[in-house]
Amino acid sequence: MSSKIAKYEGTEITPEDLRRERYLMTTYHTSLSYAWSSGVATGKYLAGLKEGEIWGRRCNGCERTLVPPRMYCEQCFRATSSWVRLEDRGKVVTYSVSYVNSDASRRDQPIIVAVIEIAGGSPMMGILHLLGEVAPEKVRVSMEVEAVWKSQQDREGAITDIVYFRPRRKE
Amino acid sequence: MRRVAVIGAGMTLFRRRMLETGRELSYEASKMALDAAGMTFKDVESVVLGTAPDMFDGVHMKGEYLLEGAGGLGKPNSRVYVGGGTGVFTPIGGWWHVASGLFDSCLVVAEEKMSPLHPHPQYAFWSIFDHTTERPLGVTLLWIFALEMRRYMHVHNVTEEDIALVAVKNKMNALDHPCAQIAAKITVDDVMKSEKMVWPVKRLDVSPPSDGAAAAVLVSEEVARKYTDDPVWIDGVGWNVDSQYWTNRELCYPAYLESAAKMAYKMAKIENPRKQLDFAEVYDPFDYKELHHMEGLLLCGKGEAAKLTRDGVTQRNGEFPINPSGGLLGVGNPIAAAGMMKVCELFWQLRGEAGKRQVQNAERAVTNGWGDLMQVGTVLTMKR
Repeated sequence: MSSKIAKYEGTEITPEDLRRERYLMTTYHTSLSYAWSSGVATGKYLAGLKEGEIWGRRCNGCERTLVPPRMYCEQCFRATSSWVRLEDRGKVVTYSVSYVNSDASRRDQPIIVAVIEIAGGSPMMGILHLLGEVAPEKVRVSMEVEAVWKSQQDREGAITDIVYFRPRRKE
Repeated sequence: MRRVAVIGAGMTLFRRRMLETGRELSYEASKMALDAAGMTFKDVESVVLGTAPDMFDGVHMKGEYLLEGAGGLGKPNSRVYVGGGTGVFTPIGGWWHVASGLFDSCLVVAEEKMSPLHPHPQYAFWSIFDHTTERPLGVTLLWIFALEMRRYMHVHNVTEEDIALVAVKNKMNALDHPCAQIAAKITVDDVMKSEKMVWPVKRLDVSPPSDGAAAAVLVSEEVARKYTDDPVWIDGVGWNVDSQYWTNRELCYPAYLESAAKMAYKMAKIENPRKQLDFAEVYDPFDYKELHHMEGLLLCGKGEAAKLTRDGVTQRNGEFPINPSGGLLGVGNPIAAAGMMKVCELFWQLRGEAGKRQVQNAERAVTNGWGDLMQVGTVLTMKR
């Protein structure tokens, strides 16, 4: 704001105004359905998840192994070269504890969200997933975790075929 | 490239919900900017409009929808959009219209009306995540910020209390801003005890959803001299976008912002930003982002921003004020309009019109916008 300007325009509608319907509002509901293509790279990734496996793509240019996989390397801008089977475990890069749903409403129980660097991929190659079988205050950055899979008959080729990652148990 | 001056700025109140439509808000901000410049609709050769997701309004092609209110009818008009970075990218768009020599004047207008979407505008961001590999996990936008904040805290050993100091400062600064939505005198303890959203993010760490608009008039040097003896110059612009594969990035540092800042500083011949600049309006939708962006803008070393904040350096009367306006945390966050508000603040500060918020002897400053999937940096420097 400038000291040369005396008045700023705008009419606030308070929550009370809204409740008492002091202003006209039009409500509109819409419902849209989408059928997304998985794509070439993610298609193979999902097929791997159905088998209980995590797959990445190797780039022979920068020698990185990428996960989530892509058919091209965004740094070298060339085609990636080969599929590499990764481990179904990794390390927590960062994590948080969600008390809210997608629409900002409160959850009954908080969930732990994490970026997990997948073993066998290049450093910092993480995926978004959930953590389970651990209390939020016990989670640490760099903690080793392993995938907990749905049973074979329940897997459908989706990221949710991994139920969550849990602290790695000693072999 | 020609020199580009700012000769007028305007904005509306920022509020959670306003009676005015997006067009009406755009009109009010645009008219105020034109009046301040001493210009009329007829004097404007081109218009650049900034507004973020169409999903907030539930109106497709918002650029066209807002056209009349933004003074764009019958003129070369375009909309720019880079998520939360839009507010600073809009005047960058205006800058290239004038710097290129294509136009002698450009009205830049940024608008956001977040209130229509129910139950909460947060929901619109669901579609920013990968539809196949991320959305099925039940995503909400706050996740990415909480994950980034936690990573930053871990790498640099920064505490939640350190970060809360930013919210305390900015909400306090906003008490002197007549358009502010959530200015308040609060304590670190208030922030720490506020409702947990997605830990470590708590209610008072976050800026609110808002309705509002802001605008400015950009002109060539020749035109500027006709209208004012006191133009403010845009002397550097930069922008950069990082990978959409955000889970593959080191989140503790905004490398893309550093690239954008270096582009702007090179243009403005700034070699030591901390020394050569007098203050900054950094993008602060969350309190930790102020620290993150101070580092990305090279105003201090990596991991040093928390200490500068603790030491009072970033207070309005400190050695290097950060967000003297009150920022998004205090003034409000109508996405595109919030970034533009910062550009207006630079203009008013550098003209010595900032009233109670005035930073003494301010001659040069920087501002930045940030957004998309934590991946875009937009930077603009100004001088008197």
